[in-house]
Amino acid sequence: MIGAHPQPDSAPAPPLETPATAPPRRMTGAQICLESLLREGVDTIFGYPGGANLYLYRWLPDYPNLHHILVRHEQGAAHAADGYARSRRGAVGVCFATSGPGALNLVTGLGTAFMDSVPVIAITGQVPVSAIGTDSFQESDVIGSTMSVVKHSYLLTRVEDIAPTIKEAFHVARSGRPGPVVIDFPKDLQAAVGEFNYPEEPVRMRSFPPPPQPDPNQLREIARIIKEAKRPVILSGRGVLISGAEQELLELSHRAHIPVGWTLLGTGAFPLQDPMALQMVGFMGAGYTNKAVCDADVVIMIGMRCDDRVTTRLDSFAPRVEHLIHIDIDPAEIGKSVVPHLSVVADAKTALSRLLPMVEPKREHEWLTQIDQWKEEHPIHYVRREGFLQPQEVLEAMYSRCKDEAIVVADVGQNQIWAALWFNYAKPGLFLNSGGLGTMGYAFPASMGVKFSNPDRTVFCVTGEGGFMMNMQEMATMVENNIDVKVIILNNASLGMVRQFQDDFYDGVRSAVDLTFTPDFVKLGEAFGMKAMTTRRLEDVGPMLDEALAHKGPVLLNFDIDPDANVYPIVPLGKGMLDFVEAS
Amino acid sequence: MNPSRLVSVMVENKPGVLNRVASMIRRRGFNIDSLSVGPTEDATVSRMTIAVHVGRQAAEQATKQLAKLIDVITIDDITELRSVSHELMLIRMHAPPEQRAEILDVVTVFLGRIVDIAASSMIIEITGTTQKIDNFVELMRPYGIEELARSGAVALVRGDQAGARLGGLGLDGAAPEGSRTGAGAAGASVTADTTGDI
Ligand SMILES: Cc1ncc(C[n+]2csc(CCOP(=O)(O)OP(=O)(O)O)c2C)c(N)n1
Repeated sequence: MIGAHPQPDSAPAPPLETPATAPPRRMTGAQICLESLLREGVDTIFGYPGGANLYLYRWLPDYPNLHHILVRHEQGAAHAADGYARSRRGAVGVCFATSGPGALNLVTGLGTAFMDSVPVIAITGQVPVSAIGTDSFQESDVIGSTMSVVKHSYLLTRVEDIAPTIKEAFHVARSGRPGPVVIDFPKDLQAAVGEFNYPEEPVRMRSFPPPPQPDPNQLREIARIIKEAKRPVILSGRGVLISGAEQELLELSHRAHIPVGWTLLGTGAFPLQDPMALQMVGFMGAGYTNKAVCDADVVIMIGMRCDDRVTTRLDSFAPRVEHLIHIDIDPAEIGKSVVPHLSVVADAKTALSRLLPMVEPKREHEWLTQIDQWKEEHPIHYVRREGFLQPQEVLEAMYSRCKDEAIVVADVGQNQIWAALWFNYAKPGLFLNSGGLGTMGYAFPASMGVKFSNPDRTVFCVTGEGGFMMNMQEMATMVENNIDVKVIILNNASLGMVRQFQDDFYDGVRSAVDLTFTPDFVKLGEAFGMKAMTTRRLEDVGPMLDEALAHKGPVLLNFDIDPDANVYPIVPLGKGMLDFVEAS
Repeated sequence: MNPSRLVSVMVENKPGVLNRVASMIRRRGFNIDSLSVGPTEDATVSRMTIAVHVGRQAAEQATKQLAKLIDVITIDDITELRSVSHELMLIRMHAPPEQRAEILDVVTVFLGRIVDIAASSMIIEITGTTQKIDNFVELMRPYGIEELARSGAVALVRGDQAGARLGGLGLDGAAPEGSRTGAGAAGASVTADTTGDI
């Protein structure tokens, strides 16, 4: 589904070179670590060396199947590992950093992956075991500093723990609700010699049981509610994409004719062109999606957290709902913001595939007519302005060239919402962004990882000039490795999203948002050896994109867009779902 | 009545687990009244008994978040189960010879023990429910408390309830009794409204 790749179902363990009877090989801890990564199917590592992980780098060249990409900042490594994992179902991203500053530079990237449930393994060098706790050179409490942004973390203290810990870490990262895991690896253990024994048996942890099976009674009850529903709506989140439940979702929607909307992170889980498709919901969602949710008598939320971006002002969310149903793999998400009447804790694919046979075909004509009317009344649209390039015009030109063969990695800000709304994502996994943490600077390094996972797809990085500058050092990595990403800078000479908020919600006082002083991106790109172009005219957009797409390698395209272009629809601060303001 | 919820958590006996549990409770904005950690019959498992100062619904969210921690094996909100919950206190009283008899009378009623006596003070050991210990402290105050140390509660569910533990995971997701369900229902929320932050 995602990409043309066969889906690696967890770890494709290559056969051990040594027969089971041969004595285990003795090697250094660093080698044990690298061998273990191979056993977990790792082929790409994004990393940066330093004093505390030099034994890993000492042995890395001996492992040509572990392709190491030297990033130019550890934050880039974490985001690249995230992009690598996020864009290929089943894959786990891996990044390396040294102790202290190196490890701390990973934190934002780990937090980004944590919020969006992305499986990433970060292996950080640590000072020798005997020096831990002494404030020795480049020591930091990595376990402590990352605790709230990881799913789990390990401090290695014995050579014999290295292989089993790595195996367990991958299991934890990719199972259940996925997430990032840190392995803190003291330098002396990297050098110490031990036996390499990769555990054969699957990981079993009493404190991390497999997700529960859906309760058939609850499923039957959902089927009954669907049968009686007059105005049903489904909202789908990233959980649907993670579990690969898109087909089941489509079937459910078609069988019972239930309109489907989605969260920002759920974009692509349902094809936009489908007659049952709504659009994004909530704060910057489509007016017609919000209207549908607010009028619905049954709302089924699948694989989503239902955060404040979805609900807007909480009491405005789904006020007429009689049956709010929540399906999610994480019990802690059930009832966290809205309390459902009925919930199922399970993997979305499992739950939906068991629910489907219980659902009877039906069609609520009146409701669907109403929805179509709202779609007509509140289309997502933008307003052209003479002499100014609109961001949507750029996105439409991109879409017309690549259709659903391109992956769009968006940054944070206006560019993110434009990219979510103005590309007709018809297949899953074509739109990625930092929806949960909202990390500016995510898209550019993440798009490198995406390209490694999807070498056959066009990869666009859509970003504002503000976000691009947060991690633009990775141009060196891009060019050095000829990573074929097309960078689309939607340059509005300001921190656009903040500027829009200031204009509309903070008395129109523009403060610290002006980015008229930015470097000449063409010269900058060229300084890094990157093909680069710029324009402010609509007629150049197509030819520039054509030239960029024809070029095999990274290209930077700067589009000077209307500096006053805004994101619409939007719900003003503190207002409710139906108070959305549309473009005018 | 003590408004705090009593949560019993079985965790892997590994370094850093206390940190993870405490940090999760802090991060979700809950206040710990008391927390005790100790070994169990199984050397690889520790038991934490946590009294948190929250309502039922917030406690449910807290237990679910704790249950997600990889080192947490089981977690039970035992507040509403029949359980035995005790703490231990050591209290050093100002006790010149002329006051000792009076103090000893109270200690006897509370089934406490004298564990140390010096010229003008003594240390009393007392165990029991938090309520009982609170009462004892109040009675001791007039005599002059020099110092005291309390262990925080440890608790076990009674034998006849052991099979009926809540599990804490809320797997059925049923809304807690008395709460208004459904979105749009005023008060359905336990989160702050952060709409509009960028
Ligand atoms: C690391 C980080 N710092 C600050 C913010 C707050 N923020 C959200 S959007 C935004 C403006 C982004 O500007 P730009 O990258 O130019 O994109 P635009 O909105 O103009 O498309 C800011 C500052 C953030 N999300 N992330």
